[in-house]
Amino acid sequence: MSRLAVPKTYKLYIGGAFPRSESGRTYEITTAKGAFLANAAQASRKDARDAVVAARAAQAGWANATAYNRGQVLYRIAELLEGRHAQFVDELRASEGVSAAAAARQVDDAIDTWVWYAGWADKYVQVAGSGNPVAGPYFNLSVPEPTGVVAIVAPQGASSLLGLVSVLAPALVSGNSVVVVADQAHPLSAISLAEVLATSDVPGGVVNILTGSPAEIAPWLAAHADVNALDLTGAGELEWVELQIAAADTLKRVVEPEPGVPGRSLDRILAFTETKTVWHTKALI
Amino acid sequence: MAKDLAPTSATGFLDYAPAPESTSILHLQKSYGLFIDGAFVRGHGTPFASVSPATEKHIAEIATATPKDVDVAVAAARRAYDKTWSKLSGADRGKYLFRIARLVQERARELAVAESLDNGKPIKESRDVDVPLVAAWFFYYAGWADKLDHAGLGANPRALGVAAQVIPWNFPLLMLAWKIAPALAAGNTVVLKPAETTSLTALLFAEIVQQAELPNGVVNIVTGAGETGAALVRHPDVNKVAFTGSTAVGREIAKAVAGTGKKVTLELGGKAANIVFDDAPIDQAVEGIVNGIFFNQGHVCCAGSRLLVQESIHDEVVDRLKTRLATLRLGDPLDKNTDIGAINSREQLERIRELSDIGEAEGAERWTAPCVIPENGFWFAPTIFDHVSTSSRIAREEIFGPVLSVLTFRTPAEAIAKANNTPYGLSAGIWSDKGSKILAVADKLRAGVIWANTFNRFDPASPFGGYKESGYGREGGRQGLAAYLQAGTALKGAK
Repeated sequence: MSRLAVPKTYKLYIGGAFPRSESGRTYEITTAKGAFLANAAQASRKDARDAVVAARAAQAGWANATAYNRGQVLYRIAELLEGRHAQFVDELRASEGVSAAAAARQVDDAIDTWVWYAGWADKYVQVAGSGNPVAGPYFNLSVPEPTGVVAIVAPQGASSLLGLVSVLAPALVSGNSVVVVADQAHPLSAISLAEVLATSDVPGGVVNILTGSPAEIAPWLAAHADVNALDLTGAGELEWVELQIAAADTLKRVVEPEPGVPGRSLDRILAFTETKTVWHTKALI
Repeated sequence: MAKDLAPTSATGFLDYAPAPESTSILHLQKSYGLFIDGAFVRGHGTPFASVSPATEKHIAEIATATPKDVDVAVAAARRAYDKTWSKLSGADRGKYLFRIARLVQERARELAVAESLDNGKPIKESRDVDVPLVAAWFFYYAGWADKLDHAGLGANPRALGVAAQVIPWNFPLLMLAWKIAPALAAGNTVVLKPAETTSLTALLFAEIVQQAELPNGVVNIVTGAGETGAALVRHPDVNKVAFTGSTAVGREIAKAVAGTGKKVTLELGGKAANIVFDDAPIDQAVEGIVNGIFFNQGHVCCAGSRLLVQESIHDEVVDRLKTRLATLRLGDPLDKNTDIGAINSREQLERIRELSDIGEAEGAERWTAPCVIPENGFWFAPTIFDHVSTSSRIAREEIFGPVLSVLTFRTPAEAIAKANNTPYGLSAGIWSDKGSKILAVADKLRAGVIWANTFNRFDPASPFGGYKESGYGREGGRQGLAAYLQAGTALKGAK
C-alpha cells in the first residue's frame, strides 16, 4: 500500500524563526518542466525591514564571538549539510531539473565552500592586517573588522544552493550579519539551508533569508540606512546601477554584479570588512 | 606682516615679540596656469584670486580648468600611462618618487611658508607636521614601487590606469601627497584638483615634478572650483577616483560613478568622540583634547570634536581645558609663536558661526577663549560648548572649526554607545591609564582610526580611513597602496 507523502511548507527565515510573509503572499515554484512543486513565501518590503532589524540585533554578538568559534560554527554548517546531502540532491533535481550527478556535485561543492571559508575565520585578520612601523613611540596595529549588516542578492537562475552559499559564507566569516534574497526561481534549497543554519549554532538573526522577487525587495535593502554593505552579485538582470545609486545615499560598500556563481576568494571576505587602525602610546623609558 | 596680527595671549602670560617667518623665500608668479603634460598652460575658464585668509590680501591669480581642459589633462595622463609610466620598471618609478621626497625636503621651508600664507594654518604646523609628512609619504611609497608583489593582491598586480584625485583645503600639500605618492608607486598616472582656496602649494609641487624630471603627463594638476572636480571624477577615461572632502560631495561622487566600474576611495567627514575616563592621565588628556580639536583650527576631518568625559572628572577637565585654552596664541599664521591661525575662508567662518549660534540656541553653555581677534582676515576664537545634549546639532554635525562639544558619561558602555551614535566613523580617542580598558573600548568603537592616549597622529605606514558614512578605502600603509592596484583575481567592483 503506498503512503501519501507529507510536503513541506516553505517559509521565510528571519531572526531565527520561520515566518510566512507578513503580506500573506506566496508564489508557485515549479519543476523545470513546469509541474507544481511548492508555494514559496513572497517577501515584502516589511519582511525585508524586519530582516534588517533582526540582522542588526544579532550582528554585535556574532562579531564578538571568537574567530575560533565562528570557524567552528561555519564548519558545523558543512557537517549538517553533509548529513542532509540526499535531501538537497532531491530538491535541486526537482527544482533545477539537473541530473543526480550534477546535483550531487553542487551539494558537494557547497559543503566544501563552507569548509573553505570556515578555515578563514581565524586567518583573514592575520593576512589582511598589519603592524605598522610608524615614526614615533607608538604601538600601531591595523586589523580588518566586519562591516556590519550586509544585504545580498544571491546568484539567480542556476546552481541555487552553491550560488547562495558562495555569497553567504564570505560575508558571515568575519562577523557580519546578512539579509539575503534567494534565487527567485529556485528558492527551495535556500529555505532548506535555513533549516541547516537554524540547527548549526548560527545565532538567530545572523542569517536572514528572503524568497520572492529581488526586483521588488532589493531597492528597499539598497536604500535602508541600517544596512552597511550591498552585495549585488546576483543582481545583473536588475536595474543594479539604480541600486548602487540608492546605496550611495548612506555610502554603503557595494559589490557589483557577477555572472554565474562567484569563486571562493579572500577578496570576497575583505569586501565586507573595515580596517581599524589603533595607535597606542609607548612610554619613553 | 602687520603688527596688529602678532599673536597675543589674553592673559598677557608669556607674551612674545612678533616672530614672523619671512615670505622672501617665496618666488611666486603673479598668475598660475594649469599643469598639464609637464608644462604650465592657460586655463579656459575665468581665473580666480587666491587670498591669504589672515589678511584677505591677494596672493596670486589661479586658472580655472573647464571640462575641455580636464579632457586635455586626462588625455595627457592616459598617454603618459600608455607610453611611458606603465612601461617603466618599478625600481625606476620608485627612484622618481625618492627624488620628489628629497626635493620636498630641500624646499621644505618655502613650502611651509606658502602653505601657511595660502591656507592660514600656523607655520609651526605646516613646518613641523604637514611638510615633513609630505616628504615621508613620498619616501614611504617610493620604496613600494618595486615591491608590488607584496601588496597583498598576489603576484604581478596591475595599476588601474588614470586616477582622478580631488583634495580639500585643510591639508593642501599633505592631501596631495596622500593621493599622488601611492598612485604613482602603483604605476598609475594622475590628474589632481586642489581645493579652490588652496591651490598654491599644488602648483609649487608642479615645479618640483619638473625638477624631478618626471615624465610628462604622469602628474597633471587642474585648478578650479567644484565644477572642475565634478568634470574630473565623471570623466569616462578615468579608472580610479580618490576624493577627500565632505560627506555630501562624497555621496554625489558615489552616485556619479555607480555602474562605471571605477574604483573609488572616499575620505569624508567625521564627528569623532574623544573619550576621557576618570583614570586618565589628566595633564596629557588636556593636551590631547586641545590637539584633537584645535589643531589646524579644527579643520580636520578626524578632529576630536565631541569630548566625552566621565562625569566624575567633568568639572576638573573642563576647568583645566579653559585655563589651557586661555594661553593659546591666535594670530599671524606665519608667526612662529602662533597656536591658532586663520579660518581658511569667509564661507567656512560663516558656517562655524552659524552652527555655534545654533549650539547656543539649543541650550549648550558657550565659553570662548579670551583672545584678541585681528581686524582683517577670518578668525574664530577657540570655543567650548559644555552640557551639550546628544541630539544637539553641534553634537551631530561636522563643524570643521575650533569648536568643542562636551558631553558626559558614567560607564564605559555609555561612552561607547554615545561615541558610536553618529553616521560617521572616521576616528576616536581614548584616554585611560588602564590598557585593558583601552583595548576593550577600542574593539567596540566603530571608527577607522583610534588614538589611545594620543590624538591626530599620522604616518605613511599607518592606514587611515573611515567606517560608515565617513567613506571607504584606506590611505597609508600597504592597504593604501592596494587601493591603486588590481589583481588578476580581484573581485569585480569590490571597493
